[in-house]
Amino acid sequence: MANDKRVKQSGMNSISFAGNITLNITFSIYAIVCIFPLLLVLAVSLSDEADIVDYGYRIIPKSISLISYQFILSSGDKILSAYGYTIVSTIAGTILALLITSSLAYPLSRKSFKYRNKFAFYVYFTMLFNGGMVPLYIVYTQIIPLKNSIYALIIPNLVSGFYVLLMRTYFSQNISDSIVESAEIDGASTFRIFFTMVLPLAKPVLATVGLFTAMGYWNNYFRNLLFVYDDRVMNLQYLLFRMQSEIEVMNTDPQLIVELGKYIPQETSRMAMVILTIGPIIFLYPFLQRYFIKGLTIGSVKG
Amino acid sequence: MRQRNGFAHELNKNKGNFLLMLPGVLYLFVNNYVPMFGMSIAFKKITYGNSFVETYIKSPWVGLKNFEFFLSTRDAFLITRNTVLYNIAFIAIGLVLSVACAVAINEITNKRMAKFYQAAMILPNFLSWIVISGIAYAFLNARGFINSSIVGLFDMEAVSFYSEPFWWPYILIFIQVWYNLGVNTVIYLASITGISGEYYESAVIDGAGKWQQITKITLPLLKPTIITLTIISLGGIFHANFGLFFNVPRESGVLFGVTNVIDTFVFRALRTGGRTEMAAAAGFYQSIVGFCIVVLANSIVKKISRENSLF
Repeated sequence: MANDKRVKQSGMNSISFAGNITLNITFSIYAIVCIFPLLLVLAVSLSDEADIVDYGYRIIPKSISLISYQFILSSGDKILSAYGYTIVSTIAGTILALLITSSLAYPLSRKSFKYRNKFAFYVYFTMLFNGGMVPLYIVYTQIIPLKNSIYALIIPNLVSGFYVLLMRTYFSQNISDSIVESAEIDGASTFRIFFTMVLPLAKPVLATVGLFTAMGYWNNYFRNLLFVYDDRVMNLQYLLFRMQSEIEVMNTDPQLIVELGKYIPQETSRMAMVILTIGPIIFLYPFLQRYFIKGLTIGSVKG
Repeated sequence: MRQRNGFAHELNKNKGNFLLMLPGVLYLFVNNYVPMFGMSIAFKKITYGNSFVETYIKSPWVGLKNFEFFLSTRDAFLITRNTVLYNIAFIAIGLVLSVACAVAINEITNKRMAKFYQAAMILPNFLSWIVISGIAYAFLNARGFINSSIVGLFDMEAVSFYSEPFWWPYILIFIQVWYNLGVNTVIYLASITGISGEYYESAVIDGAGKWQQITKITLPLLKPTIITLTIISLGGIFHANFGLFFNVPRESGVLFGVTNVIDTFVFRALRTGGRTEMAAAAGFYQSIVGFCIVVLANSIVKKISRENSLF
C-alpha cells in the first residue's frame, strides 16, 4: 500500500501542472463558498444596527459594535438556560444512546447467540419503516407524558437502528469469539465481559457514534419544537429559532429597550445569536472535523 | 413444544445477552413499534377521553374518511410532487457533483491542501438547520448580502426573496447540495483511495491517460458504493428534509407552492392546525408509500447486482 502511494505521488502518473492548478483554484473557491457565510454572519453580528439599516449586510462592517452581544447577554438567564438545556441534553443523550446502542449491538454480534438474526431484523425494520411524526407525538405526549420537560429534549429518537447495526458490524469484526469464550471459561459473566473487555476495545466506534450523536443533540431543535410548549424550556437552537421571528423573546428588560431607542439591534442580534449557537462547534472544529471524516469512512460500511 | 423448550433453553443459556439487549429492545418497541400501531388513528375520528386508552377506545373508526379529506385538498398533490421532485434533484445533482469532487480531490498533488478542502467542504454539515436558516436570511433578506452587495454590481433590481417563489427551487437545491456535498465527497473519496494502485500502474504502462483511468478504472470500481448510497437516498424519496423546507423559507405563506412538502404539511396540520386526523392520514400515506419505495428500490438492485442490495 505504501508502495502504491509512492508510485502515485512520484509524478509519473500525476495530472499536469496546469490541471493541478485548475483543481486547486476550483476547490479554493468552493472552500470560500463554505466558509464565507459564517464570516458574513460574524461581520454583521459585530456591526452597528444603524449601519445595517443604512447600508445593508456587509462583509466588512462600517463600524464595530458589540451592542448585539450586550443585548443578548444582558438577558442573562435566557441564554444561560438555553446553554444549560443544550449541554445537559447533549451529554445525557449521548451517554444514554451509547450505552443502550452498544449493549443492544453486542449480543447481535455473537455467533453463539442463536437469535441474533431475528433481533437484528427487529432493529433493521425500524430503519425501513417509520410510523411518522403524528404517532410519535402521541406516544410522547399521551402515553409517556414527557411534554414540556427536559426529558422531551433527550428521550425521543434516542437510539438509531443504523448505529446499532454499525456497532454490531464493528463488534463482530473486531472482537473475536475466542477471546470472549476464554473469558467465559474463566468464569466472567456476560456483563463483566461487555463492560471490562468489549467496551474498551470498541473505543473507535464509540467515539464515532458518540460524535455523531452529540452533534445531533447539539443541533437538535425538532424535539423542542414538537414536544415543548413551555417557554421556560428552550435549548439554544430553539431559542435561535424563536428569536428569528420575535426578537422580544430575547430581552424584555424595559430599561434597556428605552435606552436603545429606535435601534434595538434586531438584525445584528439575530446574527450574534447564530454565532453564539455555533461558537463551541467552531472552536472545536479542527479537532471535530478529523474525527468526523474518520467516522464517515467507518459509517459507510454496508448496514 | 420443542420450539418452546428451545427458546427457554436459549433464554437460560444466554441470560446475560438477553438482559444486555433488554433496554434497547424495549426502547425500540416504545419509540418505533408502538408508533407503527399508532398509525391506525389515521382511520379514526379522535374523540378525547381522560387517558390515552380511553381516547383510543372512544374514537370511532371512520374508514377512509380522513384520507378522502386529505386527498381532496389541493395540497395532497402539491406536497407529493414537491417532495419527490426535490429529492430527485438533490440525489441526481448531489451524486454527480460529489463523485466529480472525490475524483478531482484525489488527483490534487498537494495532500495537505486536499485535506483542507475536505475540512472546509464538510463545514455545513456541522450546522443546524436553524443556523443555516439564519445564514440564508443574512444573504436573502431585503437588506441582506445579495441585495446590498451583489445586486448593485450587476445593475439589477433588489429581489424580495421571501415573497418571490421563482427563486426558491434554486435556493433550496443549492443549500441542500451545499450541505451534503462534503460528506458524500469524503465517502466516495474513501472508496477511491481503497482502490489498489496496481490497476493504475498497469494502465499507465499500457499507455492510458488520466481520463481513461478515471472512466475505465475509478468509476467502475466506485459503482458499488454509488449504487448503495443512491438506493439509500432513493428509499428516502418520500421523506423530505424538514429542517430545510420548514426553516429556510421562514414559513412564508406565499412560497408554500414551492416549499411545502409532506413533512412540513404533516407538522403544520398537527402542531399549528390541530387537524390531527388529517396529519395522521398524510403521515400514514407517507410511511406506507415510503416503505414500498425502499423495498422496490432494493429489489431492483438485487436484480442488477445481488451483492449490492441491502437485504
